[in-house]
Amino acid sequence: MEVKVSAGFKKMILATLLFPTMLLILGLYHGVLQAYYRGGWIHDTSFWGLEYYQGLTLHGVINAIVFTTMVIVGFGHALIAYFLKKEPNLKVAWLSFWLMTIGVLMAAWAILAGKATVLYTFYAPLKAHTLFYLGATLLIIGSWVAFFSWIPVLRQWRKENPGKPVPLAVIGIFSTFIVWFVATLGVAAEVLIYLLPWSVGIMEEVDVPMTRLLFWFFGHPLVYFWLLPAYIMYYVFMPKLAGGKLYSEDAARLVFLLFIVFSIPVGVHHQFTEPGLSQTTKLLHSMITFAVAIPSLITAFTLAASLEYAGRQRGSTSLLGWMFKQPFFDKNNWFFAYLIVGLIIFIIGGFTGVVNASYNVNLVVHNTAWIPGHFHMTVGAPVALALMAIVLYLYAQLTGKEIKLKWLNLSVPYLWALGLLFMSTAMMYNGVVNGEPRRTNLGLTYLNPDNPLFKPEWVPYANSVLIGGTLLGTAAIIYFVVLFATMFSKATREGGVISFPVAETVHGFSGAKWLDSFRPWIIILIILIIAAYGLAIYDVINSTYGTSPGYSPVSPVPIK
Amino acid sequence: MDRSEKFALTLGIFFLIILFGAVLYAKSQSGVDLPGCVTDVEPYSEGKVDTLDDNRFQIQYVARMWLFMPMEVKLPVGSEVDIYVVSHDVVHGLQIVGTDVNLMAVPGAIAYKKYKFDKPGVYYVRCHEYCGVGHQNMEAKIIVE
Repeated sequence: MEVKVSAGFKKMILATLLFPTMLLILGLYHGVLQAYYRGGWIHDTSFWGLEYYQGLTLHGVINAIVFTTMVIVGFGHALIAYFLKKEPNLKVAWLSFWLMTIGVLMAAWAILAGKATVLYTFYAPLKAHTLFYLGATLLIIGSWVAFFSWIPVLRQWRKENPGKPVPLAVIGIFSTFIVWFVATLGVAAEVLIYLLPWSVGIMEEVDVPMTRLLFWFFGHPLVYFWLLPAYIMYYVFMPKLAGGKLYSEDAARLVFLLFIVFSIPVGVHHQFTEPGLSQTTKLLHSMITFAVAIPSLITAFTLAASLEYAGRQRGSTSLLGWMFKQPFFDKNNWFFAYLIVGLIIFIIGGFTGVVNASYNVNLVVHNTAWIPGHFHMTVGAPVALALMAIVLYLYAQLTGKEIKLKWLNLSVPYLWALGLLFMSTAMMYNGVVNGEPRRTNLGLTYLNPDNPLFKPEWVPYANSVLIGGTLLGTAAIIYFVVLFATMFSKATREGGVISFPVAETVHGFSGAKWLDSFRPWIIILIILIIAAYGLAIYDVINSTYGTSPGYSPVSPVPIK
Repeated sequence: MDRSEKFALTLGIFFLIILFGAVLYAKSQSGVDLPGCVTDVEPYSEGKVDTLDDNRFQIQYVARMWLFMPMEVKLPVGSEVDIYVVSHDVVHGLQIVGTDVNLMAVPGAIAYKKYKFDKPGVYYVRCHEYCGVGHQNMEAKIIVE
């Protein structure tokens, strides 16, 4: 089935997808450079005018916040128009785009001018330029506006289709944005109550432990906001692309709805090693984080079952032979390759995530290179590849162009995965065994043979990071070559359509009301938040003292 | 849900319960625990080492841009040490490599962890949280002999 979209809507989606994708070039550039600093090739504070920590901020903000948020919003618009057969209000959608774009430009200016080298995690009492905080706020508000434009469309659809279940993909994208909306309330509070007044000078000092608590209220659900759109593609598209069916729609719905409940009241697991939070609070958040592994375990089963079904359709008869009977190397089915490669890497990413969540086990991994090793196997593989794929996919459909250089395009996910394996496994190992720290310009000291802090035993892992970074950079270049070759080619058919590969189901939707409604899940979420964060706020108020003046990253003397 | 689905889900939850049980076991039986709230210690601003007993010590670390105070501590093998850390300026981290001492130094709070140094050697005390342009220089030592 194809859905025709209006010219204005097409333009709006293309803008929402392509602007962040162009910025991604800058973000990926400094990703590769970081591998060269951390691998011990660059022994300097900066390279071509971009300072290490400034570039690290850029890499985090662009790759993890800007690219993800804007592409997910663009993908959401497309899902709504396709599955609910009605376009969201175009003016509101453009407002969302401009809010996000202006916000991003403000923050990008602050970062590139060197006035916001505070990493995407904000890190008060390091103080950034007001436009950095303001830009982040506009980006978030812009994404809310897009979500608000979808709500009336769903309401109307429900009215016009009484008794019909909401399509799975819509359950998915609404779950994504419910998580996002609630989570971003935390960071909005942090910015509006603390960071903005402080950065413009209304407030002299800032309550650091409280800002951190509010940040991580947002910081963990953020990863599910990244992941859920990839899950939508895995559940709704991948079985079809593999030539099979989705094993169970009930399971898929349950997964999305469980993420609403469990994504948010878990943020303290990023703060296990911090003072100011009690062991009780930490244990509770650890427990709920374990609960959030349940939807991912269901996913592992359902997706494997769906792929097994596809493999058997293709003639596999043995117990495990179906695993290899998948269209891994079909250049016309490149979308499948992007998805399946990310999914396979996510097996490692998921299990290492359980390690991080495991309360006291966190002591051996916290803030070591293990952590970026881990999350490059979640956000850096399944999410990045799925979003890069959807940009290419929707671009080709909306413009009516044929994807060029198909073999090269097919090589992207495989090169990407190979690079990640070299990079992430080395970082994880050296992080746990030798305490290699994350977010550190290793090339200056720990991996600089001329420095007294030089650690020769790190060199083999550093080399692996160099190889990995180079492979990832190569994959990224190929991706952009394919994208640009496609952009500069002529349209081969009429554009302005969206058509998604939607899988049928083996076990269809049972019709259970609680799997077709968000309300009960939101209520449970609110109760869990009150319990988990009530406890945390009580701890912070009772066991921390004083406030802090602001600091610039270049001087130990507070900013006057 | 069909049978295989139920089976997979039960297996998954069982697996999570085993893992979490192991976490709780390590916490209660081996005393491997996370730092909590410290409310019985006065905020301090000088880094120092106090000898409490023959093999009991207290280190009060101050983390600042971009060094730890004290920079070097010598301890006898078998020392039981109360380790505290506060920040003088921005957020820092403190990991004693090869141990389970892994703390954040957050302005406005005191972090605490107890550790027994059973093996002789040089222990690196490393800042693992971004704290400004000099972050990569922030490494102190504990020498156990």
